[in-house]
Amino acid sequence: MMGDIIPRIPLAGWIDAFLNWLTGAIAGVTRAIAALMRVGIGRLEDGLLWPPEWVIVILIGLLGWRFGGRKVALGSALGMVFIWNLGLWEPTMSTIALVVLATLIAMLLGLPIGILGGLYETIYQILRPILDFMQTMPAFVYLIPAIPFFGLGAVSALFSTVIFSIPPVIRLTSLGIRQIDRELIEASDAFGSTTMQKLIKVQIPLAKPTIMAGVNQTIMLALSMVVIAAMIGAGGLGGEVWRAIQRLRPGQGFEAGIAVVVVAMILDRITQKIGAASKAV
Amino acid sequence: MEATIPSTGESAQVATEPEQPKVKISIQNVYKIFGKNPEKARELLEQGMDKDEILDGTGQVVGVADASFDVHEGETVVVMGLSGSGKSTLIRCVNRLIEPTFGKIYIDDQDITELSIDDLRALRREKFGMVFQSFALFPHKTVVENASYGLEIQGVDRETRFQKAEEALALVGLKGWGAYYPENLSGGMKQRVGLARALAVEPDVLLMDEAFSALDPLIRTDMQDELLSLETQVQKTILFITHDLDEALKMGDRIVLMKDGGIEQIGTAEEILTQPATEYVAKFVANVDVTKVLTAEDVMKKPQPVAFVKDGPRTALRKMREAGLSGIFVVKQSNWELLGHVTAERAVEAAKKADKWLDEITSRDECATVPPDEPVRNIFPLVAENNNPVAVMDEQHRLRGIVVRGSVLAALAEREGGDTQ
Repeated sequence: MMGDIIPRIPLAGWIDAFLNWLTGAIAGVTRAIAALMRVGIGRLEDGLLWPPEWVIVILIGLLGWRFGGRKVALGSALGMVFIWNLGLWEPTMSTIALVVLATLIAMLLGLPIGILGGLYETIYQILRPILDFMQTMPAFVYLIPAIPFFGLGAVSALFSTVIFSIPPVIRLTSLGIRQIDRELIEASDAFGSTTMQKLIKVQIPLAKPTIMAGVNQTIMLALSMVVIAAMIGAGGLGGEVWRAIQRLRPGQGFEAGIAVVVVAMILDRITQKIGAASKAV
Repeated sequence: MEATIPSTGESAQVATEPEQPKVKISIQNVYKIFGKNPEKARELLEQGMDKDEILDGTGQVVGVADASFDVHEGETVVVMGLSGSGKSTLIRCVNRLIEPTFGKIYIDDQDITELSIDDLRALRREKFGMVFQSFALFPHKTVVENASYGLEIQGVDRETRFQKAEEALALVGLKGWGAYYPENLSGGMKQRVGLARALAVEPDVLLMDEAFSALDPLIRTDMQDELLSLETQVQKTILFITHDLDEALKMGDRIVLMKDGGIEQIGTAEEILTQPATEYVAKFVANVDVTKVLTAEDVMKKPQPVAFVKDGPRTALRKMREAGLSGIFVVKQSNWELLGHVTAERAVEAAKKADKWLDEITSRDECATVPPDEPVRNIFPLVAENNNPVAVMDEQHRLRGIVVRGSVLAALAEREGGDTQ
C-alpha cells in the first residue's frame, strides 16, 4: 500500500551495488589479505595442536593462576580437561585460535581509534553513531559481505568477527580516557607535559581498568561471533554445533555448546581479573 | 650588634612598608568569555550590563571581566570570591590552562598570551607549580612518583628527581612516606604531597587553587600555618585562590576580591576590612571576626614614658607620677631592648635603700610580651589576667609598644564604628 504512494526505496539494491563495486575494486587486496590471514590462522591452530593436550591444560591453568589465583587456575584446568574428555579438543583449539586472532586485530585497530576518540571530541561524536550502528546490527548480517571479499572459510569468519567485536574496545577506551578527572589532566598540563607524556604517563594508566573491561567484552563478543561464523565455514566448536543442527543430534549440539560455555568462562575470568588487577594498582 | 641600631621612641611606630620588589605577574585587562561572540559580550560589559543579563541576552558566559592587577616577587596575593566569581578561571588564565579571551598577562615582563604551545610548555615547566583543590594526585603513582612528576616530564633522571622529590616531601613533613600510594593518605597528607609536587620543580610562582578548601578546619589551619612558615623559607610568589575570607585575610599580603568575574577591590586585609570599596565588599566583610585580623601592632600604644636602666628609682618614680602610672617598663637606652617592668612599690623601697640602678628591682617575669603580629584575640586573655600592660616586643627584643585593656577595646570599637558608617 505504501508502495502505491511513495515508490519503495531500493536500499538493498544500492548496498549490493556498492558492495559489488567495492569487491571488484579491492579484490586483489582482500585476496592477498585473505591468503596471509589463512596462513596466520593455520599456523596458530597448528601451534595450539602441536603440543600434547596436557601442556595446553597446564599453560591455561598457569594463566588462570597468574591473573586470577588458585580458584581460577583450578577451574580453567578442569574445564580444559573436560573438553579434552569430550573429544572436542581440536575444534576448541581452532575456536580459541580464531578468538585470539580476532581479539588481537580488534585491539590493534580499536585501541588507537578509541584513544583518538577519547582525546578529540569531534572524533568521538563521529564514532558514537557508527559504534551504535555496529552493535545493534544483527551479527549474522556481517557474514554475508565477508564472503565476496574473502571467500568461505576461516578468514571471512575472522573478518566478520573483528567487525562485530571491535565496538566495545573502541567505546570503552574512549570512555576510559574521557572520564578521567579534569583536575588530573590539568595537573598534568600545569607541569608542562607534552600530549604524548600526558597520554602515556597519565591518561592510559588511569583509563586502563576501563580499557580492560572493553577488551574483556570484545573477547566475549568475538567468541560468540566465531561460533555463529560456523555458518560460513569457520569450523571449530561452532562447526560442531552447526553439524549437530543439520543432522538433528541434540546431544552432540549440547556437548559442543557446553564446550563453548567452558571456553567463555575461562576467557572471561582470566581477562576480567587482568582488568581488576590493573584497577588495584 | 646592639649599637648599630640607633633607636628612639619613634621606632615603636608601625614599620614602614619596604620598597616594593619587582612585578612578577602582571594581569592586564583580562577577559574570559565562553561562547561564540565574545566581542559582543565585552561591549555589553563595557556598557555596564552584568553577567546574568549578558547570559540571558546573548548566551555568552562571562568568566572573567576586565581583571587587572600585579603580583610582586615574593608576595602572596589571594584572589577571593564566591563560586562563580571567576577566580578559578582567572588563575587558570595565568598558566593558560584556560586561554584568556582578551587582555595580556605578563610573567617577568614576558607576554604569555603570545607564546607558542612549545614555549608555553617550557614556561610552565620552568616557572609554575600548581596545587589543586581536590589534590589531583595520580592514583597510579606512589607519593614520591607523584612529587617528582614535574621533574619526570622535564626528563630529569630517576635518581635525581626522586632525591629532589624526597627533599620536597621532607619540607612538607612527609619524610618517609614516598613509597605509599595516595589512597593510603589522609586528606591533609594528600595535599602536602600536592604541595611537594609543586615545590619539587622549584618554581618561581605557586598557583594554589582552593588548595585548602577541601580539608577539615583544623587541618586547614595547620596547612595555612605551614605554608606561611614555608613562605619564609622558600620565598615564592604565590597566587592563592579561596572562597574563605578568613583564609584570605590570614594568607594574603594583598587580597583581590572578585564578584561576577570582575574585581571589586584590591588591598591589604586591613584596607579591605576598614575601607570596603563597594557595598558588596562591605557586606562580605561584615561578619569577619576582627580580633583575628587585627594584630598587636594595630592596637598598641607608644610605650611612653619608659624608664632607662640608669635612671635610678627616683627618676622612675617621677616618670610614673607624671604619667599617672603604677608601674613602668625598663629598657636599655641605646636600643630600647626590653629589660623588664618595675612597679611603683618596689621603686619606693629601692629609693629608701638608696639603690643607684633599677636593675635589681626590674622584673622580667611580671611583664607579658607578645610579638607585633600576634592576633588581638590572643592578647585578650593576657590583658585580662595581667594588671600591667602587655609589652609588644620584636625579634630583636626591642620594645615596640604596649597594649592596655583600653587600647584593645578602643581599637575594636573604632572598627565597629567604621562598619556601620
